[in-house]
Amino acid sequence: MHGSKIPIWFFIGLLLTIYGVLIFGYGIYETATGNFPPGVQLTRLHTPLWWGGVLLLLGLVYVIKFRPGKSD
Amino acid sequence: MFGLVPASTVSIPHMSLPSLLAFAASPLAHLGALDIAVIVIYFAMVIWIGFYLKGQSNTSEEFFMAGREMTAWIAGLSFVSANLGSLELMGWAGSAYQYGILATNWYWIGAIPAMVFLGLVMMPFYYVSKTHSVPGYLDLRFGGEARTVAAVAFALEMILMSGVNMFAMAVVMKVVLGWDINFSIIVSSVAVALYVGLGGLRSAIFNEVLQFVLIWGGALLVPILGLYQAGGWTGMKHNIITNLHSDSYFHLWRDTGSFTTNPMGVQWTGIVFGLGFVISFGYWTTDFLVVQRVLAAHNLRAARMAPLIGSFFKMAVPFIVILPGLLGLALRDPAVANGIPHLVGQDVVAANPGAELHSYNEILPLMMARYLGPGLLGLGITALIAGFMSGMAGNVSAFSTVWTYDIYRPLINKKATDSHYVLVGRWSIFIGVLVSIMAAYLVMRAQGIMDYVQALFSIFVAPLLAAILFGMFWKRATRWGGFLGLFLGIIFSASLFMWVKLNPANLRYVALSDAAKPMAENVFRALWAFIFAAVVIVVVSMVTKPRPVAELDGLVYGATKLPTEEWVPFYKREWFWAALVGVIFVALNVMVW
Repeated sequence: MHGSKIPIWFFIGLLLTIYGVLIFGYGIYETATGNFPPGVQLTRLHTPLWWGGVLLLLGLVYVIKFRPGKSD
Repeated sequence: MFGLVPASTVSIPHMSLPSLLAFAASPLAHLGALDIAVIVIYFAMVIWIGFYLKGQSNTSEEFFMAGREMTAWIAGLSFVSANLGSLELMGWAGSAYQYGILATNWYWIGAIPAMVFLGLVMMPFYYVSKTHSVPGYLDLRFGGEARTVAAVAFALEMILMSGVNMFAMAVVMKVVLGWDINFSIIVSSVAVALYVGLGGLRSAIFNEVLQFVLIWGGALLVPILGLYQAGGWTGMKHNIITNLHSDSYFHLWRDTGSFTTNPMGVQWTGIVFGLGFVISFGYWTTDFLVVQRVLAAHNLRAARMAPLIGSFFKMAVPFIVILPGLLGLALRDPAVANGIPHLVGQDVVAANPGAELHSYNEILPLMMARYLGPGLLGLGITALIAGFMSGMAGNVSAFSTVWTYDIYRPLINKKATDSHYVLVGRWSIFIGVLVSIMAAYLVMRAQGIMDYVQALFSIFVAPLLAAILFGMFWKRATRWGGFLGLFLGIIFSASLFMWVKLNPANLRYVALSDAAKPMAENVFRALWAFIFAAVVIVVVSMVTKPRPVAELDGLVYGATKLPTEEWVPFYKREWFWAALVGVIFVALNVMVW
């Protein structure tokens, strides 16, 4: 790992991907079960689903584009 | 005049943290397992980055200057992220709730002109001189005396502010989540010490960029969902005007002709000259905490572009800070679960213990708890933690550089090896964090100390700005002019501070108004201190011998031949981006005139 430098964008992508998986996964669970957190408003918008999806997609783009060892 | 007190940076409103803690009601939010996982993963990631970068931080150039390898984007995001602390996010969201869109001035005129000036005009001298720090520039320009004064003041300010940041984070976590204060202080300080101590400035910069992305990822949902619920900008405006019977909350300049016609009690001359010039230029162009990030750029063009890139993001920050405050005003619904209560000042909260009141400063976490469920709430809290940690890391990394390069090397051990200085830098990170922890507990036990710590920046910044500007743009400025201007300017500024501290009635003389409020003191003290230091520099320089012009190459405007940069298309040139910043800056100000 120390032989080739890992760009900061890869770390960011990795973190966003992990967060995306967790939040998107929770969004699926929430939507499937209808078990919404009490007190939170606008749950009908299914925010974890689309925001988790955005994080996941963005994270994957960065992970792939800036993965260690990629020549450009 | 102003209703706010600036603290350590140009744009932190006053938050009385000890009183916030003492009278905290029940926690504002409760975290679930998913939220905890999000926070734990963040800590694991920043420490991993520290360990990974340890292998790339072996020489002093790598450890203290990140190898001067940063691209314009990384340096620019880090530059703006180092200033984007959570205290600022929460404090200015609270100010927007209290005063409306006027609070945006601290993000726009209070930052953008200075950032553009740094990039276009000042950066070439900092960068071409190959200095490692702002005191280092003073050393090259004026000699060791000015360097030592600036270095000691910087080191003191950085380490104490790191302690205040640590304490602030612990208090906010206590109020928002009910976490134990000691737990927050220990966890955050161990994480910061590890990742900065191992990876040096490179690690601090990497984590600041990471934290910048997290802050946006965690906080952006609040204005998006809030605007949706309020019926867009028009609906929000309609609600606020209906609730408050005034449209002043939506005007940045229109009502600043007089102190009494706007919610904040400010006047445009104070905003333009006090905030927009002395304080803003002092902070953004001479505070080593932010300038250090740009010095790590890989070439001159990147160093000039970095503040310009940062300025675009700085202009956008009100979207995640000011809008939540305004939305809190528009969506007040105390009867609903997780509804926004009627918020009051911290003095009112403190005067009514047990009344379950909430202060203006709690609006951002209240809005988070309103819209963010499991996972997303963890992301929002992580954004706050990230903001605090980037502030602490910025302070200790800057402290380490100033201590090693500007105090230890010239004054204690001049002839050590490069690896010795890296070791000193690494140890100074750990010792700096320890001193910060002590400062945090000191502030907790003796709350009045916080006022003095927060005043350090405002006392120091104006004389430093005068010394740097005259040094950089006036060939005639001499060694003794620079040193005495800086030194006597600090004494003058500190004396003004103590004069008002001992007898608050003296504020009317400093601020030239009986109606002056604490913010006016900071602004006017900075203005008088700048003028005083400038007069000393000019007078002393005129009666002492200047350096030959040939010695000023790379240090002073008019005596420096800047290196020719490679040709790039117009859209990659700094002037093009500066013009674009200018157009957007003017357009934004006109839009909410």
